[in-house]
Formats: sequence, structure tokens, C-alpha cells
Amino acid sequence: MSKKTLIVVGNGMVGHHFLEQFCASPAAADFEIIVFGEEKQLAYDRVHLSEYFGGSSHADLAMGTLEWYTEQGIQLHLNEQVTGINREHRTLETPRGSYRYDELVLATGSYPFVPPIKGNDRPHCLVYRTLDDLDAIRASSEGARTGVVVGGGLLGLEAANALKSLGLEAHVVEFAPRLMPVQLDTDGGALLRHKIEELGVQVHTEKATTAITEGEDARLCMNFSDESFLETDLIVFSAGIRPQDALARASGLEIGERGGIVIDNHCTTSDPHVHAIGECALWEQKIFGLVAPGYTMARTLSSALNGDRETAFTGADMSTKLKLLGVDVGSIGDAHAQTPGARNIRFNDEQAGHYRRMVISEDGKTLLGAILVGDNSHYDTLLQYALNGITLPENPETLILPESQGGAPALGPDALPETASICSCHNVTKGDIFGAIDAGCSDLGSVKAETKASTGCGGCTALLKNVVDSELEKRGVEVSKDLCEHFPYSRQELFHLVKVNGIRTFRTLISQHGKGHGCDICKPAVASILATCWNEHILATDHVPLQDTNDTFMANMQKNGTYSIVPRIPGGEITPDKLIVLGEVAKQYDLYTKITGGQRVDLFGATLSQLPEIWEKLIAAGFETGHAYGKSLRTVKSCVGNTWCRYGVQDSVGMAIRLEDRYKGLRAPHKVKMAVSGCTRECAEAQSKDFGVIATENGWNLYVCGNGGMRPRHADLFATDLSDEELIRTIDRVVMFYVRTADRLQRTSVWMENLEGGLEYLKQVVLEDSLGIGAELEEHMEGIVGTYQCEWKTAVEDPEKRKRFREFVNAPSQSDPVQEWTVERGQRRPVLESA
Amino acid sequence: MKPRTRWEAVCTVEDLVPESGIAVWTEDGPVAVFYLPHRLPALFAISHTDPFSGSNVLARGITGDLKGEPVVASPLYKQHFSLGTGVCLEDDTVRVKTYPVLLDGNQIRLEVRANQRQSVAA
Ligand SMILES: Cc1cc2nc3c(=O)[nH]c(=O)nc-3n(C[C@H](O)[C@H](O)[C@H](O)COP(=O)(O)OP(=O)(O)OC[C@H]3O[C@@H](n4cnc5c(N)ncnc54)[C@H](O)[C@@H]3O)c2cc1C
Ligand code: SF4
Ligand code: FES
Repeated sequence: MSKKTLIVVGNGMVGHHFLEQFCASPAAADFEIIVFGEEKQLAYDRVHLSEYFGGSSHADLAMGTLEWYTEQGIQLHLNEQVTGINREHRTLETPRGSYRYDELVLATGSYPFVPPIKGNDRPHCLVYRTLDDLDAIRASSEGARTGVVVGGGLLGLEAANALKSLGLEAHVVEFAPRLMPVQLDTDGGALLRHKIEELGVQVHTEKATTAITEGEDARLCMNFSDESFLETDLIVFSAGIRPQDALARASGLEIGERGGIVIDNHCTTSDPHVHAIGECALWEQKIFGLVAPGYTMARTLSSALNGDRETAFTGADMSTKLKLLGVDVGSIGDAHAQTPGARNIRFNDEQAGHYRRMVISEDGKTLLGAILVGDNSHYDTLLQYALNGITLPENPETLILPESQGGAPALGPDALPETASICSCHNVTKGDIFGAIDAGCSDLGSVKAETKASTGCGGCTALLKNVVDSELEKRGVEVSKDLCEHFPYSRQELFHLVKVNGIRTFRTLISQHGKGHGCDICKPAVASILATCWNEHILATDHVPLQDTNDTFMANMQKNGTYSIVPRIPGGEITPDKLIVLGEVAKQYDLYTKITGGQRVDLFGATLSQLPEIWEKLIAAGFETGHAYGKSLRTVKSCVGNTWCRYGVQDSVGMAIRLEDRYKGLRAPHKVKMAVSGCTRECAEAQSKDFGVIATENGWNLYVCGNGGMRPRHADLFATDLSDEELIRTIDRVVMFYVRTADRLQRTSVWMENLEGGLEYLKQVVLEDSLGIGAELEEHMEGIVGTYQCEWKTAVEDPEKRKRFREFVNAPSQSDPVQEWTVERGQRRPVLESA
Repeated sequence: MKPRTRWEAVCTVEDLVPESGIAVWTEDGPVAVFYLPHRLPALFAISHTDPFSGSNVLARGITGDLKGEPVVASPLYKQHFSLGTGVCLEDDTVRVKTYPVLLDGNQIRLEVRANQRQSVAA
């Protein structure tokens, strides 16, 4: 039997996904497949198009490879536009020839709508949809100062960000009274506008452009209906998209009133041999401008071509979660409360810049929609309530209140029904995940490989991990606590082995208690344990190869292979003379200089071989290493306290210096930060640190286990009104207990949350000495304080250790060829194209 | 036809750091030489350039073994490269160049292409 021919017009995201699905199905064997793409490039990830300006190439964004197409036997015609369809003869035309089909799939996507404004065809009037468009924008930005985006929707704001990243002054001009009119309400739009303006993008709402003329100070001038005008060097139109239905229209297929190729539940058009999927298709009068529904159509059509009439396209959820110019925005379901009887609950924290709105059904039982601006941490939970019709709790407002105000914690994976969609890109439900686990997947990686979940837009990553972890745990799959393949022990167990058996080298430990030669997980972990137990110099011969590069070279490696240097400035107090030395050294070596959040100075761009020279100078001026490279105490930040501040009640700087000098150099499972404030006004932000100290009339209050960063946590009040000595004793004990019992790379916050009994237990151990180890912990700490040495001082004085800092051991004068520099805001920074 | 090669002397035994790497400059650009005294062979040489960042840093990674295979972990983004084959364990489509290496008296020598001019930006 000779094969039939299937032709796909459009090699975009959906067309490609269809090919992946179809080629893996039985029917693929019956067809010759031909694909036409108008763009030069193989299908690429348009959703992440903007990353092209961030340095991604077409290869990074590509959805498949040419080899794959060849392997599947697909004839791929790129850069070839289909210009006509003759449905009677089942042929189609391109400038290069005429082709016959038995089945035709239109996946032509959409095109950007350019409003009919006089002058919209001038040079430097552009759109934002394809790689070629982006190249054109980049070219136009040469020599330009300002850029305007017409349209304040989702894509418009993304385009504005792109203009900003090209170094242009960016403006957004929106016809409606607010940004993202489709997804947001007045309050949400106002907050988004505020945040975006803070980022330096100027927003102009309620502006109708009447004409684009030549500019006086810039290339172009936009004239508005209210007689105002805006001069700009380039314009990007992002005023919505229109389905690319021209071919279908010309060949007489049924088209919707406002465009779009009409399809049925199996993605077939008014001609049974012609099908349409993706953004060009119109289903029940609806166009879907997102990728997930397009993928669903692709799967549906592939099933239909395999004779499956059961699978049907039944519409799609249009909820969106995104980060626009770094601002979280989420919109779920009926965000505008158009359902009759719908009621609203709003939470608006102008201080923090968070806005949340829930739209709930008349009976208060189900969530119909939601809007989030400024913080998307509630999105996953709300989406699951909305999609699965899960009954809302009695006080639904708790879902959007901050936890500290009685808000509910996120919806646990157990509460979701098996039909709950976890990954909408690849249509993976909770049931599918269980299926994969049934079939033998026993970790996150294999579930991802098996189901493809979270390999699309990536928005579902956190949720997927929760579902998988909780299910594995329930099935008694021991989530292994082994450090790595070389040691069947946790960090705490290893610590014990080292201490009890007096083990002093990695070699001894691995030959007695492990197997193989070690790796980048266990070596640094053991190095940290050895350091805490015996406190030998980290560049001692036995320890060198165990360390992470930052520890080995006692500086922080940056992306081009150079290092940054952070000398210790205890408590943030520094004399003018020392400050001048920092400046002089930075100037001599042309180091990029920045003040850190921990009240010190970070000097960037030193090469390996410069490090010892620079440190010689710093040490001569009285500086010590700041351990910014180590998992150890970083800084003790402080406010100025009662020596200067009229509110201060204790000497916070003095205490901060005392603490920093005591704990400097201590190796820990993760970095440790501290701060001291001179009164309850808390100017040093001590409650966001692992150890926070706040002065009181009678002494000090101690807070423990807070942190900033990715997952911020307020520290918990641990003890009140301590004297200086009590404070230090208490910190000694908590620190040592943490160092001894925490897991590798576990911050104090997570450590404490995982301690059975939590804060109360920790209080018993430390304040009431319930384990009887208080004295031992203090003694251990005392020993470490007594053996402190500045690692850099020891290193620069030892010629053997200095040998490690040769960039190329056989070519002292050879500089690293990839380290190229440019100047920005008066300082040097690396230029580095990723290979 | 096999290209002409030569054994370039790059450093001495004293320059090596046990269980770790050092970088040398060769006619073929920067190369990382590793010395793992508890294995046989004990010497390995791979390109010093981390393909994921384009930076010359691989000699400064932590060495070890994964499932018996000798590896170095990139100090920047932590991918592991086999010291034997240069293949990246996390993504086997990526591999770094490897060089035959031998100990000649006190000299460490690498086999590099002869007379190959490598253009080097200043
Ligand atoms: C900047 C940007 C950001 C986005 N962000 C998101 C997001 O965060 N989330 C989300 O879900 N969606 C997002 N989208 C939308 C998403 O990219 C689209 O939904 C998706 O690309 C649609 O896929 P498609 O295959 O239907 O169309 P397309 O990807 O547009 O592919 C259609 C292809 O067909 C070709 N073609 C058209 N006519 C012809 C012809 N006659 N002959 C040959 N070839 C032809 C076109 O050149 C094009 O390559 C974004 C889009 C853009 C531009
Ligand atoms: S915390 Fe108190 S003492 Fe410290 S600077 Fe602020 S107001 Fe002054
Ligand atoms: S929802 Fe996009 S990858 Fe899962």
C-alpha cells in the first residue's frame, strides 16, 4: 500500500508539538510527512523569546533538532511560505512548487496586530513576535535613546522590558485606563503600574495615537488624540494578536466573524481533510493565545488521525502566572467577576506592594477566579481550588491573608483530587504521576522523564516536587539521607564518626567508613566537619583538594573565572585610613567595587595570581579575611547604637564587633549571618538573620534562625534581657549545636524547623541544658576561638601555599584570554559570551 | 590520516597537586592536568575551558569518582566531566577535549597537534 501524505503548514510551537505526538503514534507509519515553515529557523520556544536578548541563541530556544526531523523521515521546508490551497485537488502552492496532500494541518499561529495609525509603516516601527523581529529591534536600537511600546498588555510589558535591556529609555502607551486590562482590575493594574514605574519604565494610559510623524529631537513623534505627543527613536507595536487565517480564508474554509479558522472538538475545519491547531484555530468562538491549549489541540488532533473519536478538545484554562519586569502577576479564571452573583474578597498591602483578589461563587463554596500582583506565592493553591472546584474553607479570606494574620498555609498535595492537573503544558494530572510511580519511578527526575511534567514553561515545578515527594514518602520509599554514593551516612552521623574516632583526614574517613574516592558533595562536607572538629588551616595539604574552589582560593569565583575579595570589616565599623587603603588597592588592580548588604566592601575582578599580592597589601593595612567564600560566619551587621543615636539603649556596634571577632572563621553547614540593633527600632534588621540581637533597657533580646534570601523567614524570639556574658554563652551553645547536628547546606531556619520539637526543644537544650551538653558545647566553641588564624595571613607567608595561585603553572605572564572587559558606569565589568 | 602531533612538556611533578588539578598553557590553549595518586592511571588532562560558561576554570574543580568514573565538577555550574572521556555526565551531548598525558622523568608531557596555530585574543 502506498503511503498517504500529511502536510503541516507552520513550524511553530504547536506544529512542532503535533509532529512529536503524531510521529510517536501508530498512524505515522501510514503517512509521508511534509512540513512548511515560513520562518528561517526550526520551531523555537516563542514563550521564552525575550531570552534572546538575554543571550540565548536560536539553538538554546529550539524545540527539536534537524536530526530528529531526519530520523522521523519528515521532509522539512523552512523559509518556504505556503501561498495557496486548492481543496478540490488537495494541493497547495509555494513559491517553489506545488504539493499534494491527503490530510492538511494548519498551524499558522497568529500575527501581531498593528493599529491603523497614519505613519505606522515608517522605518523603526516594529513588532515583537519572531526572532527576525527581535533582530530588527536590536538593529534599530543602535544609536537610539528611547523606545515606545504601543500596548500595555502582557506582551507589551515584556517588550518594554526588552527595550530596557537594550539600554533604551522605555515607555508604554496604553489605550485603556490601566495596564493588562484583560487580566487585571483597577487596583491590580494601578499597583502593577506603580511597580513598573519604579523600575524606570514610563507608563502612559488612556492615550490614543492618531499619527506617527517625523520627530524633532528623536527619529519619530507619536501624536495623541489629546494633542499631547511623545518623541521616540523606535516603536514596537504590541496591541494584540490576530489569527493567521489568510490561507484558510482564501481557500473558502469557514472563518469566524472576527477571524480564526473554525474547528470542531477534534480540531477539524469545515473540510474533513483540513485541520487547524494552535493560535490560528477558533473553537466555540474562542481563540486561545497561550501555548498550553495549543498543545492540547495538537494531542487531540493526533488522536483523531489515529481514529480515536473519544478524545476531544473541550476548551482550556486561560489562567496565567508570570513575572513582568520582575513583578509577579497572576490571573485566574473569572478574574473580573462576570459570573452572576459572584462576590469579591480583596487584600491590599500597599506597604509591601501586594494585591490579591478572590472571586468566589454566590454560595461562597467555590473559587471562580483571582488576581494577584506583587506576589505569586498563592497562585498554585488558588489555581488548584479554581480548576478542581475544591470546596473553599469556611473563611475563604484566609487563603489570601499573610500567614502572620491567620492566613492558611498552601494547599497540601493530599487535598488535590487525582484528576487535578499538575502540569498543564503536558497535560499531566496527579493520577498520571501516581501511574508513573506505580510503574517504578522512584524520584523526581524519573517522574519528569516519564511524564514530561514541568519540562514546558516550568511553572509547575514546585507543585510537582511536592506531589512526588509526598507520594513517595507515603509509599514508604525512604527518601535517602545518605550524603552521596560514597558515604552511607548523614552529615550528623559523619560528624560523630570524625569526632569520636579522632579522624583527621578525608582519606582515613573514606577508607574506614565509605567507598570510592569521594566527590564534590562529600569532600566539602567532610572538609567543613574536619574544620569544626580540629580547626586546621584549610590549605593544609590534606585539605586542599577537598574544598570548593572558593575555599581553596579563599575568594569568590565569578562567572568569568576571576574572583572577588571581601575583607572583614567587623560590625561595619571602618577607619578612614583603612577605607582609603581599600580604595587604593581597588584602583591599582582596577577592581569593580561594590558595598555589600552586610556592611562591607566587595572588590571584583582579581585574577588568581593577583590574589596573594592583593592580600599582602590588605594584611599590611590590618585587614583580615572576611570568609565571604566559606560556609561560615559572614558578617555581624549593626546600627550605630547608643554612642551616636538618640534612641539607642546599648552599644550595638561594640557588641557586633565582639560577636564578629568571636565567631569569625567558624566553619558551619551553611553560611551564618548575625546582626545587632541598638533599640527596638531595629535599624540593623536583626530579625532577618540566623542570630539577631536587639538591645533592651536591661540587656539584649536574642532572636534565632531567621534568614533573608530566596525563602525569607523571621527569626524567633529565643531569650530576653540577657547580659553580655549570657548572650554570648547562649549563642555559643546554639551555634555549636547547629554545627554538630545540621545537615549539609542546611541553614539554621530549616535545621530548626526539622528538629523534632522545633523551637521549644532548642530552648530546652540550650537554656535548660536538657541533654547535659551545655558545658561541652561552650568548651568546643572556646577551643575554636583559641585556634583562630587568618587564613590569608598564613597563606601569603607560605611560598608552598602561594604556588597554588598560579593561573598557568608553566606560563606566568600568560593572561587568561577569555577574560575581556568593558566599562560600565565608570567601572570595569566582564564581557563574556557563553560558549 | 592522523594529524601530526608532538609531546609538549608542560610542567613538572612538583607543580602537581595530589587529588586536584592545575592549569597549564599549551599550543592548543589552556589545559587542566589532574593528579589522582590513588588511581591508575593517575594523570589526566582535559581542556581547562568550561563549555557551559566559556570560562577557563575546570582545573579548579573538585575531583572524585561517580560510579567508579573519575570526574571533575565544574566550579561554576557544578556539571561533572569524565576525566577519561571528557563527556559531561549531566548532558552527554557536551564534551570537553581530552589529551593523552605521560610522565617522562620529572616532566609531564601532553600530546598536542603539532604546529597548530591557535589565535589568542590579548
Ligand atoms: C514574546 C512572547 C511571549 C509569550 N509568552 C507566553 C507565555 O508566557 N505563556 C504562553 O502560554 N504563551 C506565551 N506566548 C504565546 C505563545 O508563544 C503562542 O501561544 C504559541 O507560540 C502558539 O503556537 P503556534 O504554533 O500556534 O503559533 P506560532 O508559534 O506563531 O507558529 C506559527 C508558525 O507558522 C508559520 N506560518 C504562518 N503562516 C504560514 C504559511 N502560510 N506558510 C508557512 N508557514 C507559516 C509562522 O511563520 C510561524 O512560525 C508568548 C508569545 C510571545 C510572542
Ligand atoms: S535601632 Fe535604635 S539605636 Fe539603632 S539606629 Fe535604629 S533607632 Fe538608633
Ligand atoms: S505547566 Fe508548563 S511545564 Fe508544567
